[in-house]
Order: sequence, then C-alpha cells, then structure tokens
Amino acid sequence: MNIQNMILTLQKHWSEQGCILMQAYDVEKGAGTMSPYTFLRAIGPEPWNVAYVEPSRRPADGRYGENPNRLYQHHQFQVIMKPSPDNIQELYLDSLRALGIDPLEHDIRFVEDNWENPSLGCAGLGWEVWLDGMEITQFTYFQQVGGLECKPVSVEITYGIERLASYIQDKENVFELEWTDGFTVRDIFGQPEFEHSKYTFETSDPEMLFNLFNIYEKEAHRQMEEGLVHPAYDYVLKCSHVFNILDARGAISVTERTGYIGRCRNLARKVAKTFYEEREKLGFPILARKEQNEHE
Amino acid sequence: MSKRNLLIEIGLEEMPARFIDDSINQLASKLESWLSNQKIAFNEVQSFATPRRLAVLVTDVAERQEDIHEEAKGPAKKIALGQDGAWSKAAQGFTRGQGMTVDDIYFKEINGVEYAHVKKFIEGQETAVLLPELKGLITGLTFPKNMRWANEELRYIRPIKWIVAMFGKEVIPFSITGVAASNHSKGHRFLGSELEISSPENYQDELLDQFVIVDTEKRKQAILSQIENIEDDNGWVIPVDEDLLDEVKNLVEYPTALYGKFEEEFLEIPEEVLITSMKEHQRYFPVKSKDGHLLPYFVTVRNGDHQNLEKVARGNEKVLRARLADAAFFYKEDQKLSIDHALAKLKNVVYHEEIGTVAEKTIRVQRLANLISERLGLNAETATAINRTAEISKFDLVSQMVYEFPELQGIMGEKYALQKGESSIVAKAINEHYMPRNAEDSTPESDTGAVVSIAEKLDTICSFFAIGVVPSGSQDPYALRRQATGIVQTLINKQWSLSLELLIGLSLDLVDESGILKRTNKEVYEDLAHFFGLRIKHLLQEHGIRYDLIDAIIGSGLRNIPGLLENAHILQVKKEELGFKESIEALSRVLNIAKKAEVRGDINPELFENDQEQQLYQEFLEAAKQAEEGISGSALYELLTSLRPTITEYFDHTMVMAENQDLRQNRLNQMSALATLILKFAKVNDINVK
Repeated sequence: MNIQNMILTLQKHWSEQGCILMQAYDVEKGAGTMSPYTFLRAIGPEPWNVAYVEPSRRPADGRYGENPNRLYQHHQFQVIMKPSPDNIQELYLDSLRALGIDPLEHDIRFVEDNWENPSLGCAGLGWEVWLDGMEITQFTYFQQVGGLECKPVSVEITYGIERLASYIQDKENVFELEWTDGFTVRDIFGQPEFEHSKYTFETSDPEMLFNLFNIYEKEAHRQMEEGLVHPAYDYVLKCSHVFNILDARGAISVTERTGYIGRCRNLARKVAKTFYEEREKLGFPILARKEQNEHE
Repeated sequence: MSKRNLLIEIGLEEMPARFIDDSINQLASKLESWLSNQKIAFNEVQSFATPRRLAVLVTDVAERQEDIHEEAKGPAKKIALGQDGAWSKAAQGFTRGQGMTVDDIYFKEINGVEYAHVKKFIEGQETAVLLPELKGLITGLTFPKNMRWANEELRYIRPIKWIVAMFGKEVIPFSITGVAASNHSKGHRFLGSELEISSPENYQDELLDQFVIVDTEKRKQAILSQIENIEDDNGWVIPVDEDLLDEVKNLVEYPTALYGKFEEEFLEIPEEVLITSMKEHQRYFPVKSKDGHLLPYFVTVRNGDHQNLEKVARGNEKVLRARLADAAFFYKEDQKLSIDHALAKLKNVVYHEEIGTVAEKTIRVQRLANLISERLGLNAETATAINRTAEISKFDLVSQMVYEFPELQGIMGEKYALQKGESSIVAKAINEHYMPRNAEDSTPESDTGAVVSIAEKLDTICSFFAIGVVPSGSQDPYALRRQATGIVQTLINKQWSLSLELLIGLSLDLVDESGILKRTNKEVYEDLAHFFGLRIKHLLQEHGIRYDLIDAIIGSGLRNIPGLLENAHILQVKKEELGFKESIEALSRVLNIAKKAEVRGDINPELFENDQEQQLYQEFLEAAKQAEEGISGSALYELLTSLRPTITEYFDHTMVMAENQDLRQNRLNQMSALATLILKFAKVNDINVK
C-alpha cells in the first residue's frame, strides 16, 4: 500500500467514526499536536472529533536527505477525540486492520509512554504502540493543555506515516517509500530535505532569527491583548519554529534554552486561557448544540 | 459454616509494566485487611496480574461475619444510680449510646470502684451484603501515576474496562465509572475472546483457554524456559537480566520468546552500546557465545503464540537495524570530536542553574582531586594521571552517543579517551569516577579512579548543600545519600585514612570560592558533617555495631574512616571481655573532667603534688609518643586500657578541681592532653557500661 492510499484509508476509517476530516494547518510546526485543531480544541468542555495529516518540521532531525531514517519534515496522521471514547483502543486496532495489518500475524503492544511538551504546557499519559518492536503510533490521553486541566479528556492518536509505511512497504530507506504509483518520497521531498538541512545547519542567520523570535513574540502578546486568539497563536507557532531552527543550529546555549522555552510556554498558556474565555463568552456553542440535539 | 470463593478482577487498558507488581500486591493486602477488619474468615488470598488486569482470588470466605461479644464500661455506680435508687440521666445516656436499655446494666468492680457495664452482642452480617463495599477498596488503590479519561472524575492507573466480582457464582453488585461488575472477563486481546467465568476457582484455567496466563510467576517461568530452549537449540548463552525479565513478563499476557539477528558489521560498535540499545530501547535480551562474546542475535518476547513468528522476527530485526545504524552513525560522528573541543563545549553545558556549568564544576573537581592526591602522598605518575583524569572526566557528556544513551556516560569516556591517545590509566579512571553507580556497584579499583570519584562526589554534595538542596525524608532527587555512601565505601576499600572532616572542608572552600554559597560556610559545614555522620552511622549499623558504640565512634569526629570502622569492631568484641567496664569508666572519667577545661596549656611537672600525678604523666608521655608514631586500632586500645590502674590511682589521690588556680589549671591541662589521646580512639564516655 502506498502512502497516498494509507492516508485515504485512515481518513475513511476515522471519518466513519465521526471525525471531521481537515487539511494540514498552514503554519510551520514541530508536531501535529501544535495545530490549533488539537492544541486549542482540546481545551474546554466542547466535544471535538477530528482527523488530519500534519507535515511536521524537526530542524534538528535534518540529515541532508542522507540518513535512511531521519527527516527534517515528516508526516503525522493525527486523530483527536473528545471526550475519549470507551472503545478507542479497538477503533485504533481496526484502523490497523484497515491498513492490512493483521494483529494475529504480528506483535502489537501498548507500551507505557507519557508525553510532555513543556513549551506548550502540555502533559498526557498513554502509550507508544509497538508493531513488532517498532513504534508506529503515539496514543495519549491529554491531562493538561496550555497549563489547563483537560475536562473532558481528549485522546490523541498520532501515526508516524513514514514509519508505518516503511513497515507496510518493507523498505529500509524512507526515501524509497512509494508515495503514489511512480513517485517516491525522494522524488517529492529529496531536494527540500537537502536544502532545509543546509539552511538549518549552515546558511541560516541566527541574528535575524533571534530578531524574528522577538518580533513574533511581541506580536503574539499584542494580538492577545486584542483578544484575537488565532492570530496570536499563529505567532506562537512561528516563535516555536524559529526557536527550533536556532536550537538545531546550536545557537542557543543550555542556559538560554530554558529561558526561550519558558517564553514559548508563557505565550501558550496565555493563548490557552484566552481561548477558553472566548469560547465561554460564546456559550461553548458546540457543547450547547450537542446538548440541544440530545434533548430533541 | 459454609464458605465460598471470592474473585475480583479489574480489567484495564494496558498498565505500565513497572507499576504492575506493586499494584497487585497492594490490592491483595488491602483486600486481606478489609476481610480481617470485617471479621470475615477466609483461607488464602491469591493474586494475579497481566498488563490488562489485576485480580485476586480469596478461598473459603465465610458466609457471615463473626458475631461480636463485647463489654462496654459506663459511669461509676454512684453516678449511675440516683440517691433514690433510680437510674440517673448518665446511665440512660450510656445505654442509649450503646443501643441498649438500663435493664441490661450490671455492675463490675474495677480498682475497688463499681462501674455500670453492659454486654453487647453484635450479630455478624452476611458477607454478601458487605461485599459491595469492595467498590471503595478498588477506587482507593493508589498508583505512582494516575490519569483521568473521558468525562470521569476518577483518577486511576489506566481506564477501567470491565470488572469481575463474584462471590461463589453470584455477582457482587456495584459499578465504577459506569462499568458494572459482572462475571464477564476478556481473554487475550487478539487470540482470545470474551468469556463468562463459571466460578472463582476456575478463573486461572478459563483464562488460560483464552490465551492469558494470569499468574505473573508462571509467565516469568515460561519465558525463562523458552529462553533456555533457544540457548540449547543454538549453543548460545543468554544472560537474563532480572529487572528486564520482570518488566518483560508484565508486557505480555501470553509470552512466546523468539530470536532474530543483526548484521555482523554492527559488532564493531562497542558492546555496551549494542547491549544498551537492545535492552533499554527494545527490551531485547542480548545473546552471547559460550566464551562470552556478544553475538549478532537477540531474543525478544512476543505477546502471542507461535503463528507467524518468522514475520515478527523480521519486523524486529528491521527496527533494531535502524537503531544500530543510528548508533553506528553517532559512533562515527564522535570520532571527529577532539577532547579539547569537547571541553570547550562543556563551558556551555549547565550542570545546575544555581551551581553553574559542567566546566566550572570540573575545575573544582580537578583542584580538589589534586589536593587529595597530595594528602595521600601518591607517586608522581599517579598524581599526573589524577590531574588529567579530573580535567577531562566529563568530556564524553557532549558526545552524540552519551546524548542518545545517557547511561553510557563514563563508559564511552573510557573508550573514546583510549582512541584519542590518553593513557589506559586515565581512560579507565574516567569510567571509574562514576562508581559506585548504584547500591550494588563496586567502588573504583584504581587509585586514580578512586581519588577523582571521591572529589567528584564531594563536590556534588557540597555544591547542592551550598544552594540549600539537602536530602530530607524521601526527598533526595540528586541521590546525595548514595554518593556520600560511595565516598565512605571507597575510603574503606582503599584503606585511606584521610580525615573526612578535612575533605569536606577542602571541598566546601572551593565551592565557597565560586560564590554560590547561600548560607555561611560554617552553617553549611555543620550540615555536611551531620549528613556524613548519619551515613557512617548507617554503615556501622549495617556492620551490626551496638548503638552506643556507634555514638562513641562518631562522637570522636569523622577522621580516618577505615580506622573508625576498625575501632567500632574492636569495641564490639571487647565489650564482652572482663574489665571492659572498668577500663571504659576510668577513661570516661578523664573525658568528663576534661570537658571542664576551658583553655588548654602545657603541663608543668613542677606543679605536681603527688606521685600518682607524676606516674600518669610518665605513662602519658610514653603513650603520646607511640600515638605520634602512628599506632592505632587494637594497639591503641590496649595502650589506653593499660592506663586504667594509673588513672584510678590518680583519681584516688588527686583532686583535679583544686582550690589553687594554678594547680587546678595544670591538672585540667593534663586531663585535656590525655582526653585528646583517648578521643583518637573513641568518645568512650558515650559507651553504656551500666
């Protein structure tokens, strides 16, 4: 099964479970969790079921397209369900069956893995799912997002698309994976992988990036004061991405590192709190509608 | 009385393997004490656990609680009865409180006074009526990490999926987070199916039919014997790490061990890296040849049966190959790192925000190590090696390999140092300076490693005390206690008679120079001395030394640690000997009176008034001379106790606290001088000779 069909299969599966299918969010981010469809929507009492593919940038993992297992940018298939359904593990295993992975022919395990993203004030408990020893999915019950307790709790399922594909297609090298008939990952991403690696490690201008961080940070605060959560959050994401490039470049000392993470976290917490307040002002419309439907 | 078996099974989403053993023990012991408190008789509590369930089976549980016969004491007779002979309000209140009437009262004398009493009889209730209370017991289990899910308020180890609660064939009615207790359980996630438990005693067998081995010990044994089969079939040796085995048994419900291989060229990576990669990341057991060489194979335990084992093995091989390719990459990259470049990088690595960088710490450790080396009078070659080891001891922290596998710090340091042309003494000492790494680990073997290890640990302890991070109760996040014990153990194993007080002082002064002290040097020093005193006390306790002897030993100061231990053992033996009491009493008299001396001066023999003073003086001079020459241990003990008759004579004829100022001062001077000598052995006046 090529990657395109994997994505279609997962989309169909989760669509059938009542998830809204969405497209990737258009600001750079390090993980699907940082998309506002997850980070913001996991906050507050409103139900939310969604699935989307998220291209995720990890500057530090850039290897000029030479390492068979590491990518500057990889793809995550992200599912969020709030509140977490009782049969979520079964729904997940069904998605593997849909991908042609028969649990009886493999060794599938849920191995403890607690997830934490300090720069976003997030914490969750759950597992990494192992397929014959390979971690193919992060499975997390969010406990805290943006420093706020989650109530109800969302469950997040994150499939590592390339990892899973390398297993399904039995390829040793991620660049040889078939995206669709006649097109490999290298065809599509080979050049950008090289260029982004070169940019991250060699040609990026740390001074400009530090400036950008400050500018983005300031703008995020300014928009927050206007009560404009989404524009503010876009700038938080930009801060985070710039920080990741600087970090990969080795331009941030360990002492400074804590400071920058702290600044991102403060912003994220502020955004989270403001988002909650804004939804509250609106009367948590999705929850209200659901309750009304249940009454009728 | 008739009896039934009781079964409770909590079905959960996969629990963290590391918490399962403690959790099931907790459930079993809480259930056992609940039954005892409820006075419900039972025979035995058996416990079972898998990643998806915690279960207990209690055999022969009584149908009813035991009846209770109890006597309750009320007011004294003269209060219970009014002057008119009628029952007073107090008596009525008493009986009402006991659920009885005044007609039940009888009198009984206690210490010559008559009191009102009633005999209570509480009839035992039916067990079946009480069992729904187990709901509270189940929700009351505590776990190291808890979570919430969906809309539930309960915080628990993982979401509850099903509950089996049966008293005999009867279901105990209760529900938790919307899950009603029943007799329905679930088998293996993939191989088994849902099942109805026919009766508690059939629990194990019926689950085995559904591919679940519920007994943790049986799963462990199954894995072990499967591993042995693989060993026999292939002529391998598979060293089984007990911790790993315990974890693996709790990752599976139905284990099947299998093996896979990896490319031989990966064997060029250091063995430790390969083993860590297999164990820590993949929970694989590494495979060795009969002569102890690592082989390019691994053993993993699948949660399932024998179907498609080949496919599972291929999958695992693929994962390991990617991991090892990563390790090989890091190893190759690290070859480019020079020690000088690594040391420069350490200037940017923060050790602790309030303590400073690793580079700063390293400089202190180097200075301290050199000071220790001087005190020990080690030869020039060793002194040079110590200086170099301390200087580069942390260089591997910035290597890619240690970044990826932090537990390999020091181990990679040794390998890389050798490759980069350091001497084998220095390379080995870099590894050793982390020892002992845990309670079971040994102390450094080489002098170089031992000195740097002591310096490094002392600096860590002093630095944390300096910023106010002092272990208390269960709070010891930087394992300072273990490190202090490591220092003490190293001194003992090396038989280095360094004064610990001196070492603490040297280290603290270096930390003080770096300007991080939050309190005065003196306050921190006292805390440190107390802290190390407790470590030594603990050590002496482990050696079985009597408590008052320990006080006497520690009371004389934390000087020579191997000597302390030796002296403690001497006292422990001598205390049984004839004359011990008298000797200790005589020496104690000297210590007790010496305490009264405020200033000590020289002894002036011209001020002696009697022969006994003169005699004691002569013997003291001889003893002091011997002590100066370095006698210690048994010889010192014998020397001190040999003074007993002279001391006794002295006190019989001499009034130390004489009227005459000069005489008194001179005698106190003599006592002080003698006390100093005695304290070289122990603070003997702390010994209990009554």
